[in-house]
Amino acid sequence: MLHIPLWRRLFVWAVCLAGLLLALPNAFYQRVERSNDAEAAIERGLTTQELEFEAGLWPSWLPDGLVNLGLDLRGGAHLLAEVQVQDVYATRMEALWPELRDTLAAERETVGFVTREDGPEGELRVRISEAAGAERALELARGLATPVTTLTGAGASDLSISMNGTLLTVQLSEAEKAASDDRTVRQALEIVRRRIDEVGTREPTIIRQGDDRILVQVPGVGSAQEVKDIIGTTAQLTFQPVISRTSDASASAPAGAEVLPSLDEDGIFYVLESAPVVTGEELVDAQPSFDQNGRPAVSFRFNPTGARAFGEYTGENVGALFAIVLDEEVVSAPQIQSAIPGGSGIITGSFTVEESTNLAVLLRAGALPAELTFLEERTIGPELGQDSIDAGKLAAIAGGVAVIVVMAVSYGLFGWFANLALVINMILLFGALSMLGATLTLPGIAGIVLTMGMAVDANVLVYERIREEMRTAKGPARAIQLGYERALSAIIDANITTLIIAAILFTLGSGPVRGFAITLGIGILTSVFTALFVTRVLVVMWFERKRPKTLRI
Amino acid sequence: MAFRIVPDDTNINFFRAARVTFGASVVGMIVSIILFFTMGLNYGIDFTGGTSIRTEAEQPVDVGAYRDALAGLDLGDVVISEVFDPTFEEGQHVAQVRIQSQEGEGSVSSETMTAVATALQQVDPTLEFTAAESVSGKVSGELIRTAILSVLGAMGAILVYIWLRFEWQFSVGAVAALVHDVTLTIGIFALFQIKFDLAIIAALLTIVGYSINDTVVVFDRARENLRKYKTKPLIDVLNISANETLSRTVMTSGTTLVALIALLVLGGDVIRGFVFAITWGIVVGTYSSIYVAKNIVLMLGVKRDWDKPSKPTGGQFANVDA
Repeated sequence: MLHIPLWRRLFVWAVCLAGLLLALPNAFYQRVERSNDAEAAIERGLTTQELEFEAGLWPSWLPDGLVNLGLDLRGGAHLLAEVQVQDVYATRMEALWPELRDTLAAERETVGFVTREDGPEGELRVRISEAAGAERALELARGLATPVTTLTGAGASDLSISMNGTLLTVQLSEAEKAASDDRTVRQALEIVRRRIDEVGTREPTIIRQGDDRILVQVPGVGSAQEVKDIIGTTAQLTFQPVISRTSDASASAPAGAEVLPSLDEDGIFYVLESAPVVTGEELVDAQPSFDQNGRPAVSFRFNPTGARAFGEYTGENVGALFAIVLDEEVVSAPQIQSAIPGGSGIITGSFTVEESTNLAVLLRAGALPAELTFLEERTIGPELGQDSIDAGKLAAIAGGVAVIVVMAVSYGLFGWFANLALVINMILLFGALSMLGATLTLPGIAGIVLTMGMAVDANVLVYERIREEMRTAKGPARAIQLGYERALSAIIDANITTLIIAAILFTLGSGPVRGFAITLGIGILTSVFTALFVTRVLVVMWFERKRPKTLRI
Repeated sequence: MAFRIVPDDTNINFFRAARVTFGASVVGMIVSIILFFTMGLNYGIDFTGGTSIRTEAEQPVDVGAYRDALAGLDLGDVVISEVFDPTFEEGQHVAQVRIQSQEGEGSVSSETMTAVATALQQVDPTLEFTAAESVSGKVSGELIRTAILSVLGAMGAILVYIWLRFEWQFSVGAVAALVHDVTLTIGIFALFQIKFDLAIIAALLTIVGYSINDTVVVFDRARENLRKYKTKPLIDVLNISANETLSRTVMTSGTTLVALIALLVLGGDVIRGFVFAITWGIVVGTYSSIYVAKNIVLMLGVKRDWDKPSKPTGGQFANVDA
């Protein structure tokens, strides 16, 4: 009646063993962390004896996933920035004005004199003197528009142009605004990521949130201000003539020249003329593309001033090397193949498609495309985090011991089965958190303590049911079986409702609250597993050995 | 012999004092609502916007001196409070400084932050800033919306789930119990002016989850007993169910409370409000599943033609062996 097939028993124990192995690294947190860091460094190509030793601190055949500590436990900075996407509209209109003026001026006979009038930001207002030329002016302005290049806005024009009497009003169309917003936020995200990566802190989180926000979480920094300083500096993009290429970092630069390191090639330096030919401010676009041989490349376009300077320089220096410098580092130094008069060019090199895409993003993303305003800033000092960990640990141990005592006193031997299941439950919980790479926060610790209290609930439901069935059923074996069967629907209903709550918390919550939802949700799953499977196997194993006539429960 | 917290054969008539208990619940809720509107909640910066700085010093906190130091900075409303906690070491003096949202939509500027830090360090050079949080008014509005949405969403989801698994009367009873628990929790936060922030919303949702857990266990038994005793009056069936599940209810609430009290005392001041909300919620949640949810079911009555086989009344789950 109480028979459980061998394979099911093995499965239960295998899950417990897997949980133990996955949870184990957390017991040696610092040791495993050092080992993981060293392994990551070795993977990047750095190899020293010290690193090898550090990597060997934790055997490579054991799982090495750790529960990440949230900012409130580790200390660090949390920032929520809003990208002022509408900044870009104004910039675009400013850039359009000279082009529009020249186009209209070319047909002065029809449209008359062209004057610009003040308008709201992001709107270009132009007055023409000949009312009769209004239609022609509108036609000319429409000629400047290009189709929007997104999936949703396909076919739409990027400019919204209207003519009211002699007043021509130009602004970005809604489709283009949406496309532009998306591009702006992507660029800003890319720049923020790049700048924070350069500082090299451990595991920063930089993600887009909603339409126009960027969430930045950097563990281990002293204050949110430091992160703001890193993000706030504008990237400088320049195009500079190359004097020579060297592997000597201390190479002396002649007057009017400077030595800069290469971005990709370690140990390579370039001696460059300090005065740039063109700067990134004169770049209007950069796109990943392919050269005539089908190799990945990046095409770019300058504004008229940049185009003139670039055309003259390349014309005079065919065959020379020309460095693209970003934030004091040489991104690439291609050879000038021919004069580039049209203000647009192509950068070839030994790129992969991915690299050329990134380079295009970086070129476009030289400076932040729009201002960032910070909506939320939180700094948690590492000491406060450590205090919280200590307090949480102590409370968890005290809470656990208290629960174990209550269960043992109330249910005797069966209580100890539940207690063993509770310990296994905690191990499985940590195993699951490590496997998922979930983040443990301070409310998350509260979630664990709450789970401990509630974890025994399923066992209590079963035990109480067994007690009841003992009074009516024939013999203890039947009572145990009925106890498990009849308590099942209550256990499932009760836990599914809590799981619903955990899911809602996870979806709507952020940061610490989300950490709470994760531990609560996983805790429910592991506690149902331990109550329905682990204690059941324990009870049945005990029963098979002892064959008691009555149950003392 | 194992110890029993609750004797095996209790026969408590939970409805005998129904007028008193239900009345007490209604009064409690009304008082909570009045407290909410008169005293208001002590909202944290998550919901009001502004800046909160946690300071730690070796010398005792002198709130007056701190206030004087900040008075010259023209920051508007500044609240300084000393934090006490049994887990603090000797010579660890913690204070919380709260500054209202400054002009403009962004969070507090770095100049303001530096000015505050300098002013306070003049009072006490050993002062360290262990945490600083700043939320702009724009975000706090959204956070309030999300918070309300999540509490309502949770209740809605549970209403639907219980409705699917049980009868609609049970579903209404369960949600009434939840509203009761959430209202009383908000009431006690208004009464003691405990800081009400995002974490407390998480606590409220946990209370919702826990309370429903308790209620569902009683309902599950009532559903079973309604089939077993087809002719007994509803009131008796509900009473039998409550008595049968009483020892489980007390046991589970007991173990959970024991664990939470450990966290309340030893878990540090940072999460004390959060843990307090959950602890309180479990007490009222246990009460409400015994005295509120069933009362509602009794008032609404339950259709008891269980024999019609075609009606999917949410039966037992299939038997599953270990």
